Amino acid sequence: MSRPGEWTRVRAILWKDLVTEWRTRTSFNAAAFLAALIVLLFGFALGPDRVTAGAVSAGVVWMTLLFAGVLTFNRAWEREIENGALEALVLYPGDVRSIFVGKVLANVVFLLAVGALVIVVAGILYGLPVREAGPLLVVVFVLGIVGFVTLGTFYAAMASRLRAREVLLPLLLFPMLVPLLLAAVEATAALLTGDLLGNAPQWIRLLIVFDVVFAVATYFAFEFVIEE
Amino acid sequence: MEAQRSTGGTATVLPRWILGFGAFAILFFMASQVTAFTISPAERDMGNLQKILYVHVPAAWISMVSYFLVFVASIGYLWRGRERLDLFAASAAEAGVVLTGLTLALGSIWGRSTWGTWWEWDPRLTSTAVLFLVFVGYLSLRGFIEDDVRRARWSAAIGILGFLNVIIVYYSVQWWRGIHQTQSSPETLSPMYTLGLRMNAFAFLFLMILFVSVRYHTAVLERGAEAREEEEALAGAAHV
Repeated sequence: MSRPGEWTRVRAILWKDLVTEWRTRTSFNAAAFLAALIVLLFGFALGPDRVTAGAVSAGVVWMTLLFAGVLTFNRAWEREIENGALEALVLYPGDVRSIFVGKVLANVVFLLAVGALVIVVAGILYGLPVREAGPLLVVVFVLGIVGFVTLGTFYAAMASRLRAREVLLPLLLFPMLVPLLLAAVEATAALLTGDLLGNAPQWIRLLIVFDVVFAVATYFAFEFVIEE
Repeated sequence: MEAQRSTGGTATVLPRWILGFGAFAILFFMASQVTAFTISPAERDMGNLQKILYVHVPAAWISMVSYFLVFVASIGYLWRGRERLDLFAASAAEAGVVLTGLTLALGSIWGRSTWGTWWEWDPRLTSTAVLFLVFVGYLSLRGFIEDDVRRARWSAAIGILGFLNVIIVYYSVQWWRGIHQTQSSPETLSPMYTLGLRMNAFAFLFLMILFVSVRYHTAVLERGAEAREEEEALAGAAHV
């Protein structure tokens, strides 16, 4: 189990998932339309004046990503299960955790694309100062999505193999996301309102800590989830 | 597959010590409640509402003990792979969820009368709610998995991650509220109230041990019945 070998496996999984998605784009189209629709609906539900306030729109943007994301995690594993591909993947020599890392990376790319769309749509519809928020906003999105995807992919590895997968995944995943959601929303809200209090860096640091903690925990726990 | 229960009364199913301990635990609980109610005077501001303390606080403490048992048993299962550790973790999780549900409900009633709100976004409340949801998820997941080994492994992973997450939730909410405003609740307690509280803490501990032992014992019996049923089915098939 040499390291370069594992990295090749990770890349192979990542590449395979991205190519599969790129060829059909069904998951992306569905998630993207759903996300845009949720952003629009929140505008109606909360009223345009309230949503344009940076603090509220940050929450809306992240909840939208959560709802759109939770649909895609199960899909990523179902693709493997439908034709018994997962068994084959597990049987290949090497560390099974490479499958997890590859899937996480593919889902991160996928959700970053959805996130970019959400922030653009929300920026237009709610008139958010996205450009003024600057590169730090990108950092918050990347960190938030990495943490969200790590946990989401991990729990979906279990939920996608059960009957009640649609209900079970949010039930297991959402309570775990509380700290991440808190930090991501607070950082985004701070950046969208000009960060007058200078809170954003603290929340970004916290996001980094959460990402590392959850990545390490799920990486080691994955072995117990996949082995049959 | 339906678990077949062995025939006969409760006395033959549950071992004697559990029945004896159960009687003791329930009597001790009643005694603690009566003691707490009679020796503590009505509190100056809260009046008799303060008596909720004797159920709410011990339930919260002992639920933490149950979740800690889940955590330890889950680690033990992943390490040693003994099925009984998984059954024990599940039993402790059930007791924990009941106690946390009780904590939240009673805390809400108390909060409504003293703070004027059913809910406060305070770190302790929020992390207790998250803890409740994590372990409701844990128990629901168990219900959906038919394979024993898979159920044990997956729920152990969820039990460990969920328990660790609650610590993170507690501190992140504290920080979140810290930036906005600080929420404090009076913690000062006169010695008149502590005896009742201590007795009730033990009463709840004994009740929890009782719940966990009954559930654990039942789970072991159910598993045994399932195994026997399988064996009989196999033996029947061999004869034909």
